[in-house]
Amino acid sequence: MKALLVGEYREGKLLEPTYELVGFAQKLGCEFELFLVGTEAALPQVNAKLYLADVATVGEYNPALHKQLILDAVDKANADTVVFLHSSSGWDLAPRVALALGAAQLSEVVEIKGDGYLLPACNAKLRRTVKAATGKSVITLQAGAFMPAEQSGAPQVEKLTTSTPAQSEFLGYEQAEAGQVDLGKAEIIVSAGRGVGKPENVAMIQALAEALGGEYGASRPVVDAGWAPHDRQVGTTGQVVSPKLYVACGISGAIQHLAGMKKSEFILAINTDKDAPIGEVADVLVVADIKQFAPALTAKLAG
Amino acid sequence: MNILVCIKQVPDMESRFKVAASGTWFEESDLAWRINEYDEFAVEQAVKLKEQLGDADLTVLSIGPARVKEALKKALAMGCERAVNIVDPAAAEKDSFQIASSIAAFAKDKSFDVIFTGMQSQDRGSGQVGVLVAELLGIPVLTTAVEFEYTDGSITVRRELEGGLRAAVKASTPALVTCQLGLNTPRYPTLPNIMKAKKKELLEIPIGELLKDEARLTTLALAYPEKKGSALVLEGEIGELVDKVIGILKEKTSVL
Repeated sequence: MKALLVGEYREGKLLEPTYELVGFAQKLGCEFELFLVGTEAALPQVNAKLYLADVATVGEYNPALHKQLILDAVDKANADTVVFLHSSSGWDLAPRVALALGAAQLSEVVEIKGDGYLLPACNAKLRRTVKAATGKSVITLQAGAFMPAEQSGAPQVEKLTTSTPAQSEFLGYEQAEAGQVDLGKAEIIVSAGRGVGKPENVAMIQALAEALGGEYGASRPVVDAGWAPHDRQVGTTGQVVSPKLYVACGISGAIQHLAGMKKSEFILAINTDKDAPIGEVADVLVVADIKQFAPALTAKLAG
Repeated sequence: MNILVCIKQVPDMESRFKVAASGTWFEESDLAWRINEYDEFAVEQAVKLKEQLGDADLTVLSIGPARVKEALKKALAMGCERAVNIVDPAAAEKDSFQIASSIAAFAKDKSFDVIFTGMQSQDRGSGQVGVLVAELLGIPVLTTAVEFEYTDGSITVRRELEGGLRAAVKASTPALVTCQLGLNTPRYPTLPNIMKAKKKELLEIPIGELLKDEARLTTLALAYPEKKGSALVLEGEIGELVDKVIGILKEKTSVL
């Protein structure tokens, strides 16, 4: 087995999760080479061959070009497996590459299982073991599922170019909303999930956060519903946090949320569902209705 | 303009899932079914585009057994003109590639200008079908849209990236857009629209007429995640729970 690892780069920087790809290949014990659309100024520190396409000519989001370059690299590397991160870039590119290679795609791999892989199903309530029925396969890795490799060494760079026409035009990056709060610095975060029931109840979570001397956060559904501003969102598309105490209120534990908070030192979860996936990362799971528990805890802390 | 929106019917994710006797998928009886959440945003965006243009034709498509007609009827009541059920009682056993190639086979001679799908399903979450359909049809695809704009044959979307960042991307039609949560606010069908939807066309096509490809992925097993057993589970009366939690926070953390 030989893997081609597709690294990620954005606005002048190599993205750290690139090392998770290397960690995965090392865990699998397979030969690997890397591919990156980036610059010589931000190369991954890995002792391996790296196929490098120049971001200035290829563009940061130009999937038709990226696809062709990756296919060229697969050919040169003689790789049978292409590995992406399950990210906004990975899930956009992986199916294109899989189709072109006649390969199966295994999305959001969380673990290696025998000669197959484990994937989450139904909001992480279940796990599927799957195996490619094709000679080649394309894999995307769940954020944070594999330990990043140590950053050491320097790659042997081979440059790639393409003259494939673009199908879409990248107009630029935008910050979604200017953040007022930096949850990344908070030592205590109390987050509201869909289980709080209605927008008025977010105030109850805010009150508990204040009683504990921390900030309040929210899960994606709460932010999407407009119950809390985007700068309060914890998760892969919001902020990644690592406070001393994280209190998850009525949060079932979607993968994207867990990826944003599982590095917290101590996790207290309150949920009516004893089997909610949040229980997998929590230190303490209180089986209760947050609408009763939060005010009672707030009152006791104040008293 | 000719618009297609593809939807999937999935179980309510709050359900208690049981592994089926096959050992490779969940038991489908006793579950409440609904439109995949991401696909509701796709339907809403398709209806909005139709309303913006005035002169547009909007088809909604779903692959699955007879029960998916309920999802199709809801999409009709939200504003789609006609529905297509690619009838497949064994849809759950098909992989993303087979689902996508069936949709592409249906769409290939129909000149759709814009195709909408959800960015992923809630049950499988592979995020492949929309991209594969576009690639099979040879049209551009813009994924993970949280904002959509159409002007004179050109689509601009804001893609959601990690950490609160967005990317603005543009493509010409025909094109496919995969929809992320938060793109819009899906409407509730009104009673008069639910009544009107009953009279709309609902076409059935057997899967065998469209699907010619073998699966590329084999599911070996479906199971509950292994319990890591890390969490201390506390149950009981609220007052007692509060006292226990305060005790634990004092003992195990430095925050109290």
